[in-house]
Amino acid sequence: MSCLQTLTDYGLRSIGQGVRGLPKSDITLCDQFVLIGSGMIWNVYFAIIALFFGFFAATAIAFAKNSPQAILRVPSSIFIFILRGSPLFIQFFIVYETFVLFPKIGIDLNLIFMEITVETRWLTRAWLGALIVLFLNTTAYSAQIFYGAIQSVPLGDIEAAQALGLTNKQINKRIIWPTMLRLAWASYTNEAIFLFHATALVFFSSFPAWQQKGDALYYASYFADKTFNPFVPYPIIAMYFIIFTIIIILIFNSINKKLNKHL
Amino acid sequence: MFDFCIDPQNLDGFYWWSCYLTTGKHISFYTSFFVVFALLIVTVPLILLFGFLGAIARQSRIYPIRIFGITYTSVVRGVPDIIFFLFVPIALDQGIEYLRHKFKCSEWVEPIRQGNDFVVCQIAKMPMGSSDQWIHDTYGFFLAALAFSIVFGAFAANTINGAINAVPPAQIETGVAYGMTRKQIFIRIQLPQMWAYALPGLSNLWMILIKATPLLFLLGVQDIVYWARELGGTKTARFTYPHSDWRLGYFIVLLVFYLFLSWVSEIFFNKLTLKVSKGQATLNGTVGGTIDYISVSDDEVRNS
Repeated sequence: MSCLQTLTDYGLRSIGQGVRGLPKSDITLCDQFVLIGSGMIWNVYFAIIALFFGFFAATAIAFAKNSPQAILRVPSSIFIFILRGSPLFIQFFIVYETFVLFPKIGIDLNLIFMEITVETRWLTRAWLGALIVLFLNTTAYSAQIFYGAIQSVPLGDIEAAQALGLTNKQINKRIIWPTMLRLAWASYTNEAIFLFHATALVFFSSFPAWQQKGDALYYASYFADKTFNPFVPYPIIAMYFIIFTIIIILIFNSINKKLNKHL
Repeated sequence: MFDFCIDPQNLDGFYWWSCYLTTGKHISFYTSFFVVFALLIVTVPLILLFGFLGAIARQSRIYPIRIFGITYTSVVRGVPDIIFFLFVPIALDQGIEYLRHKFKCSEWVEPIRQGNDFVVCQIAKMPMGSSDQWIHDTYGFFLAALAFSIVFGAFAANTINGAINAVPPAQIETGVAYGMTRKQIFIRIQLPQMWAYALPGLSNLWMILIKATPLLFLLGVQDIVYWARELGGTKTARFTYPHSDWRLGYFIVLLVFYLFLSWVSEIFFNKLTLKVSKGQATLNGTVGGTIDYISVSDDEVRNS
């Protein structure tokens, strides 16, 4: 079987396209490259969605933690403490077990004029359940980074804005937020890299792969088990992760340049 | 455990719980918490050792050693730790058996990799097939500990490297003026001074190390996660203490344990930072305030 054939058979296997069964014997190098690469689709999916929504949630929570009002400050501090103080691995377990306890069919929500059924079965699937955990996790870590940056915004900048008659809302939006991003960006780049790396845990910890549709590590460990040779699949997945890590660094550095354009 | 526990079916409330929580398996669960501490105790010296070696390699004037140091630290940082945790123990295991095979069974002509099998002669097996179960367990634990040390050693090397470079150049110049050799400057000036700069990074690393310990379960070690799953699973009426699926409860116990560990560590490191930076010309040392060392540092690392 040529490598091109393997590519059409297994290139999109991780999202359910192509041949059903996975290669069981005579596993070629090409098989390993293609399937592990196919699994990377999931890692990229988790990372992009979780980071995108996590960014906005983290900004909100960082400002909430900085707020003088206890009703905002205390819950956001507790949220950050719990998610940063416990292992992601345990968080996956807890959330999965909680979602499994939900009724299979869905929860009926009785609104005044209509009745809707909330689908709960998707929550036990990795594409939604694990995404929620990763989103909450990156929100907490990023919020702490942003909070630290807010605290380091030079007081003179804020005083200057006040002197010019900007309202509190304007100061937050035009002075604190952009400065916060500039100060936090190096750390936030690291956070993005580590969140991307954390996506390798999804199928390995709690969320079962359905119809053998898994991420890169799922296929890599499958090959390591089948061939009993760790020296091929793990270096391949390592190579993929290094390439994507470099891409993340390039993207974030270019955003950093934009943020610091005027300086 | 207690005398009244002979017939648990007729117990309820407090008595049932006091019997349930003192079964043999629960005792194993409690002792498995020590596995977490054992891992930390074994790995921390190794991490510092690898960290120092890595940092020294990166500072080396010999080109191949410097390249090795840079490659080690950057490759480990670019790849998820879980991949190393899966790869290193099995790679070491096969590597050791391969070497023993070459030495002890040199007359063996068949290839070691036969299709999908890894075949070595009986006496090359490590540990021996005839050894007790605990030897196998301990061997597995130490391979896992070594994998942890290699990964976190790379992060430590990065932190220590940065800290060595952060020692003010004027101090090194003073050393040169006194006629010290490069080695003397390193041991007498850079090494004692760098701790204050390395501490924020190292304490951050410690927090990450704590949170990486449950991954031991994925390496087949019977740690707290193993027992939490084992004990929490549904127990039918055939069991002495039947109950429904209690895994969520057990995992919440683990969550609280880790939160407590993080909280205690944070307090400890805040105190230590103050102590180490006493007399240093940093914000901590002069003003006496604490910087939230986790919040913004260039070397912010985290993971699972």
